[in-house]
Amino acid sequence: MEPLQIAERLKDKFPEHVSSVKEFRGQVSVTVNKDMIIPICSYLHDDPEMAFDYLQDLCGADYPKRKGARLEVVYHLYSIKHRHMIRLKAPVSEVDCSIESVMPIWVGANWHERECYDLFGIAFRGHPDLRRILMPEDWEGHPLRKDYPVTGPAPENEWRGMKEVMETAKRNKEFEWER
Amino acid sequence: MSEEKLLEAAALKTRELTVSMGPQHPATHGVLRLVLDLDGETVVKCTPYVGYLHRGVEKLAEERTYLSALPLSDRLDYISSMSNNVGYVVAVERLFGIEAPERAKFIRTIVSEMTRISSHIIWVATHALDIGAMTVFLYSFRERETLLDLFEMLCGARLTVSYPRIGGVRNDVSQEFIDKLYEFVLDFPRRVDEYETLIDQNRIWLKRTKGIGILTAEEAVNWGMSGPMVRGSGVPYDVRKFAPYDAYDKVEFEVPVGKAGDVYDRYRCRMLELRQSALIIKQCLEKLPQGPVMAPDAPKFTLPPKERVLKDMESLIHHFVLITKGPAAVPKGEIYSAVEVPKGELGFYIVSDGSGKPYRMRLRAPSFIHASIMPKLCEGGLIADVIANIGTIDIVLGECDR
Repeated sequence: MEPLQIAERLKDKFPEHVSSVKEFRGQVSVTVNKDMIIPICSYLHDDPEMAFDYLQDLCGADYPKRKGARLEVVYHLYSIKHRHMIRLKAPVSEVDCSIESVMPIWVGANWHERECYDLFGIAFRGHPDLRRILMPEDWEGHPLRKDYPVTGPAPENEWRGMKEVMETAKRNKEFEWER
Repeated sequence: MSEEKLLEAAALKTRELTVSMGPQHPATHGVLRLVLDLDGETVVKCTPYVGYLHRGVEKLAEERTYLSALPLSDRLDYISSMSNNVGYVVAVERLFGIEAPERAKFIRTIVSEMTRISSHIIWVATHALDIGAMTVFLYSFRERETLLDLFEMLCGARLTVSYPRIGGVRNDVSQEFIDKLYEFVLDFPRRVDEYETLIDQNRIWLKRTKGIGILTAEEAVNWGMSGPMVRGSGVPYDVRKFAPYDAYDKVEFEVPVGKAGDVYDRYRCRMLELRQSALIIKQCLEKLPQGPVMAPDAPKFTLPPKERVLKDMESLIHHFVLITKGPAAVPKGEIYSAVEVPKGELGFYIVSDGSGKPYRMRLRAPSFIHASIMPKLCEGGLIADVIANIGTIDIVLGECDR
């Protein structure tokens, strides 16, 4: 099925929850209401004409200059059976920074959602094991947000683990062998 | 392990033991850490920890222009850097709406397949070494050396190549390169036979791989597996066939699939892929068209040739702007573009806000997704099979942690 047709179907099925459909270079993005992500994904997964059995990718994006919801969860769905794809986008506001986990539909979302939580601070409700994955567990802040400096935290807010390493290195430098 | 044996083990009242395997362990292929809860030799729970190599590639790319973000992709899966480069340039070309010339497309297909061969033979070497067959390692590194020498002849670098460019490739191939590569691919199937005679009928190898780490087709798809991980289970999902890029729609090749979805079938898939890759390279070399290797009609996105920069004022300005500010007139939009790298599907999701730098660059790293299936493969099995499972998922932690 053509991507635009899929978007039309989604619009017919969930008229109040699809806010916009955009096409660029043959790929279609559908912006949906984040509270409806489970019904929409189940429909796309289960409907025999859609059969989106493969979650290609799940990631976050940050748009601080945008009015309304700042963050966004982006789903790239693919159907191995029908060879078509669609992109879903669910805006998530900074105040209520959470969305339902799609793990009941695609188990493969597990680490993607953990990564998204780690780097963007979006909580996934219903995720069985929502911990940081790439950053250390006691890290502060969410590095992929646009207001996070690319050089990392300021020296006074340095991560504890880094401080320990630097102190050990300093001590080792000062150590003198007995003659 | 059967339920009976599990019950038997429970009756002996063995104490559960928690073992941290890695991050520094010779069989974990990098800095993967697995925390294993063991009941005797049986793995009750397996928890993978990744992130030791996290460098923030996605964040770094946001600070670089489209041209200078290219070398970041080398350092993802550092043993198949050429494929990653190709993945990145294909994604950016699709975003810009430009097309590389035919000759460049064929060259990129050739180097991608060379990378597939070199990555798969490293895989078979280390995987066999982990399981206990050492000899394959010595044979396969001989062929890898030839390939790395060819890369060096092509672009001067052996590992972090950065050879493809947005809109083509950096330089044309020499006749010497073509001759040597042709000689190599003619000879290569015989070399694969050699590896297979070493392990294919080996009873220890069969015992260690058959029926281990089974994934059904539905499970593999639902977990988001790609590459040989999904094909070993019998799903013929291959980006080269499903969404062809470069010259893959102009060559003929088969996508080998397995049946049982165990470690052995994935091994068979990769071995058959080696032969297919040699076949693709052979066809590409025979069909290699003449012409330029950089898109001539996109001066706003591709670097002008060096001779022109030194003589022509306009080219000099283009060059200066491209290097300092990045491409001008980048269309606003977003694109998801995937390529088939040796490990699986490498996807790039690039959001452009019209400036010379990507607003957001997301990498769908196959190793990251494959590492997430470790608990599924290991739990209930023996600790010795953990090693076979780490080998079969074929991960490189540089790509997994990004």
